[in-house]
Amino acid sequence: MSAKDRNAITALWDFFCSLKLTIVTLILLAATSIIGTVIQQGRSPQEYLQEYSESTYRLFDTLGFFDMYHSWWFLALLGIFSINLIACSIKRFPVVWRTVRNPVLIADDSLFRTLSNMEEFLLKAPVAEVQGKLSTYVGQRFAAPVLSEKDGVVHLYAQKGAWARFGVYVTHLSILIIFIGAIVGSLWGYKAYVNIVEGTEATQVYPRGASEPIDLGFAVRCDAFSVSYYEGTGRPKEFKSLLTVKDGSQTIVEQRPVIVNDPLTYKGITFYQSSYGPAGDPTFNFRVKVRATGETVDITARQGERITLPGGGSFRVADFTEQFQNFGAAARLDVTPPAGAPRSFVVLKAFPEFDVQRGGEYIFSLLDYKQRFYTGLQVAKDPGVWIVWLGCALMVIGSMVAFFLSHRRIWIAIRPVGDKTGIKIGGSAHRNQPAFEIFFDEFKKNLKAELKV
Amino acid sequence: MLSSQLSNIVTIGYFISMVLFVVYLSTRSKSMALGGTILAYLGFLLQTVAIGLRWYESYQVLGADGRAPLSNLYESVVFFAWTILLIYIIIDLKYKQRAVGAFVIPFAFLAMAWAQLQLNDAIEPLVPALQSNWLTYHVITCFLGYAAFAVACGVSIMYLIKAGKEEKNASGSPIGGILAVFPSTRILDDLNYKSIMIGFPLLSLGIITGAAWANYAWGTYWSWDPKETWSLIVWFIYAAFLHARFTRGWVGKKAAWLSIIGFAATIFCYLGVNLILSGLHSYGG
Ligand code: HEM
Repeated sequence: MSAKDRNAITALWDFFCSLKLTIVTLILLAATSIIGTVIQQGRSPQEYLQEYSESTYRLFDTLGFFDMYHSWWFLALLGIFSINLIACSIKRFPVVWRTVRNPVLIADDSLFRTLSNMEEFLLKAPVAEVQGKLSTYVGQRFAAPVLSEKDGVVHLYAQKGAWARFGVYVTHLSILIIFIGAIVGSLWGYKAYVNIVEGTEATQVYPRGASEPIDLGFAVRCDAFSVSYYEGTGRPKEFKSLLTVKDGSQTIVEQRPVIVNDPLTYKGITFYQSSYGPAGDPTFNFRVKVRATGETVDITARQGERITLPGGGSFRVADFTEQFQNFGAAARLDVTPPAGAPRSFVVLKAFPEFDVQRGGEYIFSLLDYKQRFYTGLQVAKDPGVWIVWLGCALMVIGSMVAFFLSHRRIWIAIRPVGDKTGIKIGGSAHRNQPAFEIFFDEFKKNLKAELKV
Repeated sequence: MLSSQLSNIVTIGYFISMVLFVVYLSTRSKSMALGGTILAYLGFLLQTVAIGLRWYESYQVLGADGRAPLSNLYESVVFFAWTILLIYIIIDLKYKQRAVGAFVIPFAFLAMAWAQLQLNDAIEPLVPALQSNWLTYHVITCFLGYAAFAVACGVSIMYLIKAGKEEKNASGSPIGGILAVFPSTRILDDLNYKSIMIGFPLLSLGIITGAAWANYAWGTYWSWDPKETWSLIVWFIYAAFLHARFTRGWVGKKAAWLSIIGFAATIFCYLGVNLILSGLHSYGG
């Protein structure tokens, strides 16, 4: 490798280790992310062409703005961000590891000089006695000290919370773990949906943006779907599907209520209540009275179906609504009497006697109706989700440690000065120095009292 | 409702507190600062009662469907004001920098005034999508984070004013006027950092609880909807702020600007997304 190559590699390495790159990348990620919140994502070309001119559409499409969070340049930005994170950690971690594993046990004068709260004093007592008292004191008030001797000087070293230095690395690692979880999920998981009509079952689901359905390997039946409302209002309170899961001949769960915010999981595949709608035409129960004879019949009819009536007439349900001008459920009927012109009118379920006043040959009462529903379920399989949660937990723990705990160290040097003993003491915290100084001042004060300085 | 009347009193309390703090800046009268502080603390206590009472009232109005008062725009704005006071009081107890009140209490006052005057304070039952305990965890963590950022923003504005004046007065003549009671730029910078240090893990928790809830309710912990994306944008900005401290050329004024931009993005995430952009989080609108 030539010197030039080596320079280029060093330059590249320094580039990826730099915190300036981190800040720039973070700001770029923040700024570009705005695009996808202003331009709707993942719509059809037709929808975009309604909103944008042809040339704007083509420009945005080329730049990947319609699915920007999966565009090559956004992923590249995330890639640079990850490399930055990894390179920075590789560069710094060994230093921190050494600081924690092989602490500086002996503080020389140059180290003491860097400690802002260093203090020196003399004692009228022999070294051995002072050393004993100090060890006990430091052990009781701070942490058990390590003793070492060099050139006739006794050194004490004590530390607390050394592992707090790893908080930042745990935080950074957690981000990579979340990325890994997201990648696992997108490679081996899927998001799909399925609509199941009440009383029927599904064995396949339909992934978003793909045409081929996915086989579940088991069957999900919707036994019933219902909507309930808050009393006296049209405000929905609960959407509920009763689901039964059958795997081969075995029934796994039976009529399990699945509501919004309470999904059903089987074999790593989760079903979420998501939408609903009417399935096919409703069926109606009518009571029809022939005015002339007083004869009464009960009739079950599906919407659109033409039914013959006693006396030669016929009718069909032309239209239906659950809410007609605040009168509740109403059906529009087309009636062809035995003689005369066909008629069209509305009957209300809430007023069964009302049709008498119309004065027709037949008197209709809508007794009841039944509308079958389908339930719309979101279906998700995500084997990466637990990796993501692990990453999230590490991120919270790691950043708490990084922010609120610190590695605190105290050095003491004890040397004979004539028949007296000279003491030098200093300490430091790797962060939140002001709080440490308050502790350390108190510590020194009590220490001097103990030694009767 | 009684809780609503209490909230009106709280709003007035925050207003007077704010005025006293501003008078303190110009007169340097210690008793003004003390009065502002006492009113802020009393307002906070009263607001705590008001929020608890609204919770109780929700059971009177809705019976068994009562719920914590954290579920519509009115309730969230009121809660936001409460969290701002909470974080402010923590910082005040610890650092006793009275001038900060003049730049933080206004946020709480504006929130309360907007809520009381403009927003619909009817107690209504929850739509199915919001019936989850995750709602409570998510809202509490997010808003505590937002509140810490509000405090940081107030402090950053002070920092920029003070640093700007100091640069002009480089000759060394002592700074008079309202700046006399400002803490030093070093302390302001530290307060800014401390607030964001509180806010950042809370915002992270807020995003995580939101993701956990989305995963539980819809099966996707992240779908890049505008609200989620904006919370991530906010998170990126404050992450940049945290790293700016270790980077030459990025400390001081630039960091203060990052903090202010971060709070502007926070407010957009909270209100702008609902009022301007569309998305899943429709409850604010
Ligand atoms: C959004 C992503 C990131 C988050 C959430 C994050 C989080 C943090 C946190 C919480 C701290 C502690 C800050 C403090 O003590 O005030 C920190 C420090 C640091 N981060 Fe990051 N970080 C991220 C990305 C990165 C990247 C990409 C790098 C790449 C070089 C990096 C390098 C560092 C360094 C060198 C420190 C200082 C460690 C020290 O000496 O205390 N960070 N980060």
